[in-house]
Parts: sequence; C-alpha cells; structure tokens
Amino acid sequence: MSALPSSRPGTPRVGLFVTCLVDLMRPSVGFAAVKLLEDAGCIVEAPVQTCCGQPAYNSGDRGTTRDLAMRMIETFQGFDYVVAPSGSCAGMIRKHYPELFEEDPNWRAKASALAAKTFELTSFLVDVLGVTHVDATFQGAVTYHDSCSGLRELGVKTQPRLLLSGVKGLTLVEMNDSDVCCGFGGTFAVKYSDISSSIVDAKAKNVEAAHAQTLLAGDLGCLMNMAGKLSRDGRPVEVRHVAEVLANMTDEPAIGLAKDAAHK
Amino acid sequence: MTVHTTSPQFKQNATRALHDVQLQKALNNVKQGFIDKRQAAADKLPEFEALRDSARDIKNHTLEHLDLYLEAYEAKVKASGGHVHFARNADEAREIILKICREAGAKTVTKGKSMISEEIGINHYLEANGITPVETDLGEYIIQLRNELPSHIIAPAVHLNASQVEQDFRRVHTHLDAKRDLSEPVQLLTEARAVLRERFLAADVGITGANFLVAETGTSIIVTNEGNGDLTQILPKTHVVLASIEKLVPTLEDVSQLLRVLARSATGQEMSVYTTFSTGPRRPGDADGPENYHVVLIDNGRSSMLGTSFEEMLRCIRCGACMNHCPVYHAVGGHAYGWVYPGPMGAVLTPSLIGVDKAGHLPNASTFCGRCESVCPVRIPLPKLMRHWREREFERHLTPASVRSGLNLWGFFAKRPALYRFATRAAMATLGFAGRRRGRFSWLPLAKGWTKHRDFPAPQGETFQARWQRERSRRTA
Repeated sequence: MSALPSSRPGTPRVGLFVTCLVDLMRPSVGFAAVKLLEDAGCIVEAPVQTCCGQPAYNSGDRGTTRDLAMRMIETFQGFDYVVAPSGSCAGMIRKHYPELFEEDPNWRAKASALAAKTFELTSFLVDVLGVTHVDATFQGAVTYHDSCSGLRELGVKTQPRLLLSGVKGLTLVEMNDSDVCCGFGGTFAVKYSDISSSIVDAKAKNVEAAHAQTLLAGDLGCLMNMAGKLSRDGRPVEVRHVAEVLANMTDEPAIGLAKDAAHK
Repeated sequence: MTVHTTSPQFKQNATRALHDVQLQKALNNVKQGFIDKRQAAADKLPEFEALRDSARDIKNHTLEHLDLYLEAYEAKVKASGGHVHFARNADEAREIILKICREAGAKTVTKGKSMISEEIGINHYLEANGITPVETDLGEYIIQLRNELPSHIIAPAVHLNASQVEQDFRRVHTHLDAKRDLSEPVQLLTEARAVLRERFLAADVGITGANFLVAETGTSIIVTNEGNGDLTQILPKTHVVLASIEKLVPTLEDVSQLLRVLARSATGQEMSVYTTFSTGPRRPGDADGPENYHVVLIDNGRSSMLGTSFEEMLRCIRCGACMNHCPVYHAVGGHAYGWVYPGPMGAVLTPSLIGVDKAGHLPNASTFCGRCESVCPVRIPLPKLMRHWREREFERHLTPASVRSGLNLWGFFAKRPALYRFATRAAMATLGFAGRRRGRFSWLPLAKGWTKHRDFPAPQGETFQARWQRERSRRTA
C-alpha cells in the first residue's frame, strides 16, 4: 500500500465503522471494505472504536445504549461519511440513534447528523458514490441472502446485486425466500436457540436448493449463523461476506473453514 | 379474569411445537398461502401504500378522540333502538352477556368469529351457566369441539389437518351414520354445514364480534367468508355485538378505506365474501333482523394503553398479516404464544393485557426481522413496540440474570476502548489459535445455545483494529 493520501477537496473522508463482529471474527471483511472504498476514491480511516450498542438496545438496556451511542457519535464526528460492512449496524445508527435521544435536543441533533451520513457499504458505493462496476473475479455460482435490517431499514437489495453482476466469472442464482430472516437476530440465536435453529434450517435448505457453491450476504452475524448451520449439516456451501468478493479478496478461507481445507 | 395463559412456558411450548410433525406440516400452509396472495393483491392496487398511510391516520385520529367517538356511537345505537353496555373488564362483559341471554330465555347461542370473545372466555362461562354456545365459523367450530384456542386470528384451525377434523366430527356427531365417508374436505364442510344449519335455526341469541363500529351511524360491521356471521345475527331474536373499544371509526367513508386494506392484507382478497353492516334491531317493514340489538363495548386493558407508547397497537385491525409473515410464527405456530393473540401483534398486545411478568417471553422471541412492520396495513411499528416491552422488562429486572450479566460485561468493555482492544485481541488470538485446524467449533464453553444446533466459525485470529494499527503505523512511517 502507498502512503496515506492527504485530504483533497472533493475527496470524501470516510470513517470505517468496522463493527464488532468484523473486528473480532473476520477482519478480512474490514480490509475488503477499505479496499472498495479506496478504489472508489475515498480516504478511509478506522478510528479506535468498540460497539454501536445494538445488543444492549435490543435487550432493553437503553442506558448502556445511550452511553455507547454518545461515544460513537464523538468518534465519528469529523468524517464526511461513516460506512459499515453491515446493514444491521448501519441501520442501528441511521434509524435508531435519533430515537435514543428523543428528550435531549442537543444529543438528538448530533445523533441525527451521524445518522444522515452513515451508510451500509454496498449502498454507499452505489447510491452515494455512484459506483456501478468493481474490478473483481470470482468463479462460480453464488446466491445472495438479504439480511433483514439492511433490506427493511435501509433498502439494501439491488445494490449488492448490481455490483456482483459485474464480477467476472460470477453467476448470481437467486434462492427462494432470499428476503426471509435467517434466524440470527443477535442474542435471539442463543436465547431462543431451538426456534432460531428451525428458522436457519429452512434457510439452509433454500441455500442448498439454489445449487450455488457460495452464499454471500452483507452482515457477518447472519453469515456466521448460516455458515454454522450449513457446516453442521454437512451441506457443502462456502459462505463469505459480499465485500470479500467485490474487493477481489477471497484468499482467506471461507467462514468456518480452516486455512488449508475445504469442508470436512 | 381472562382465559388461562401458558405464555410463561413459551419456551417449552415452542420446543414441543417444533417437534410436532403434523403441526410443522400445517404451518407450511401459512408460509405458502397467505404471503403470495397478499403480495399479488397489493401489487394490483396502485394506491395500496397510500391507503396504508390513510388507514394509519384514520385509526390514530380515532384513538386521539376515542371518548368523543364512543359517545357519538352510543347515541346513534340508542337512536336506532339498540342498547349499549360498557364493560371495564372480562368479568363485567361476561355478566352483561349472561344477563342478556337470560332475559332472552336463551338455551343455545350461536356465535360468529370474535377474538374478543376468546379473550373474555365467554364460551366456558355460558356453558357453566347452562347455556350452550355454538361457534359457527368453521375453524372456530372445529377448535370448539377440541376445546382449544385459535392458533391464528383469522384462520383459527390452521394448525390442523383434515384427518384430525374428521376424527373430531366422528367423535362429536354421533347422531350420524358411523360408516359415512369423510375422506374429502368438501364432505367435512357439507357435514358441518348441515349440523350448523340446525343450530342456526334453534339459537335464541346470536353473538358476533365487530371488525369496525361506525360512530357516524351506530353501525357494526363484520367481514366473513362463510356467511355464518349473517345467519348468526339475523336469525335469532336477539343479536349481541361484542367489541373492544378500539374498533371505533368515525365514518362510513373511513370504514370503506380500512376495508380496502383489511382483506388484501389478510387473505389477498379484494373484499371478503361477506361484509355485513348492522344498525339496530329490525325496524317495522324490515324483512328480517333481530328484535333486540345489544352492543357490549369492552375495555379490558385498552384504555390503559392510550397515551402510552403502546397506543399504536390499538390501531390493529386484526388482519393477521404480521403472523403470516413472521419466521417465529412459522416455526412454532400460534399456540406456543400461550394466550389468545399469537404472532407479532400478540407479542405486543398480550403483555399489555395480561402483564409483562406473564407474557415477557413473547416480545423477546423475535429476531426483529421487521417483516411484520413491512406488511402491517396500519403501519404499527411492531419491532419497536416489542423493544419497548424489553425495556420495561429490563427496568423491572425481569430480564433473565444470565442475559443481564452478559450484557453488563459486554457494556463494561465496550465503554472502555483501550481495555476492549486489549481483551478482544487476546481473546481472538486464543480462539483463532484453538480453531485454526478445523476453522470452526462444534462446542464452545458458554455458547451452548449456539453450538447445540450449529458450528461456531473460528475467528481469523488477529482483530481488525490490531492489524489496522500495525499496518497503518507502517504506512505512515
């Protein structure tokens, strides 16, 4: 990589909100996002960060959520845009941060400002930057799962498909019910494990029926859930974050696979 | 007092439902039937989305002025010769209904489909007082024979298959030839129709619910597909309308807008087969109609939702679209929810009506996928309201201790970025090392809920932030 480019007028300065799961579990997705953003002409930085607070928010702990949200708002204050390789985490900021500060006009204004400049990765590339093509090659048939928050809170549906359509060697095969929840739901997957399992079982069957070698999506939580189910059931489908394919960074083993092995 | 609940045992109910092979097969019908039909109906109507906005606004307006519309409605019903009774709770409602039945000298009562009648458990109460209630909606009739609650608000027997119904009919209709052929669904339908016809003619009182009550005219409206509602309310001498107070709408014009989204959202029909308006008792010269017309307006917890964040739930017009589109409902069916109202609308409404201490699981048992909100004809933000319940539970320390302590630990680190980076770096390095050979774990301590059903993918090892720091310091050096 070359030296850090200096800020030029008209060059968007993007703060990468890498998200907890990508930070901890699959950093290669974060680097794929960086590459996509830099290739599209952005200056990308990843300030020191933790969590947007979604787990606390969805567990009813508004106090902790607000604390974490205030930290996020301050962390990403100076950027033109904030981009996350996740519809769920971007949706948390875009849709829910302003709701958190309904009784605090000062923080509400700051939360709304952050919300307005925060985007899910593929939607930022297509809707904001106008990217229509990425330079990538990926051999084989892939199927795409629409993660719920991205789809229904942010309208992410056509953007990843548009970008995938330009990837050399790749064929997109739609599965049945691609827009139906995979059963992850954050802590739901653990708290209501049996129900979650039944939902992801239906998803795994739809994935397999599509006869694609690879399953892609834009949210690591859903991907880990689906990958974990597919491997447990011995269904030979590789699972990756869409950013890895779009950034041409698929050297890392697929989710749940070891470095030197295909599915065992 | 309302009907008995098993909502506190939601988890056990759900596990049982997941292992019920017959139920799982029946639930596939919900997944396949309703969704495509609703979509097709919505696609055919260009103004459908605008109508949803309008439907929301009509209900919001009514709720803001509910007291005025209730009074206006009452006055109109009285002017048309009917009686209006207000019941604060289920007990009062049951007493009022029993009194009306006794005054009518009723031995049998026919009933149209009504969720509020399930809520107040009227059938058991009438039976205990020597009056025989007969459900006349086919699905309701079947579950009455089985002594069950509806498992769906518009398709009460959707959890059953034809052979189960056949067994019930053979068990109960003992006056019929034991060797009769009931192998075809249409034969079941014909038999139910014949049995019910006798009941319609014999009934002394007919009880219906109401989809809408019109303040402007004092009219109650029901929508059905079987015509049973009409026979229920027209044939007996006394017609009793049971309705919860949020069924009010100001005008006939408003109703016509709501009707346009109701059937489309529910079954994908443009209109239900029957949309029946009833206003007061039979007038001189009318060809038919009841001699006595009563409306029992039931609060049973609604007024305490007004002015709170749960007021939005009172917009609900009971179409069932939320449960038709819910992956959790698809997985476990309606009975697992343990009370009258299942699915997302039940997950919000039930804690309001029977208490979040009893129904606390319901708003938690959601992935927040948002599909319910995306199809709700009156745009109730169901996930948001479920989250409000989770907040109430958290405030009242009803959240399970394991969830609370896990959350506290996570929050502790997340609020301290330096510590977070240090701890996660170490943890991911360890986990990544441990999982490097297979790339995943079949078992992990403290993650049993996850690994019971699926593998846990191993992390790559180094965290993003650690690698970023390393590479960026090299870049800028």
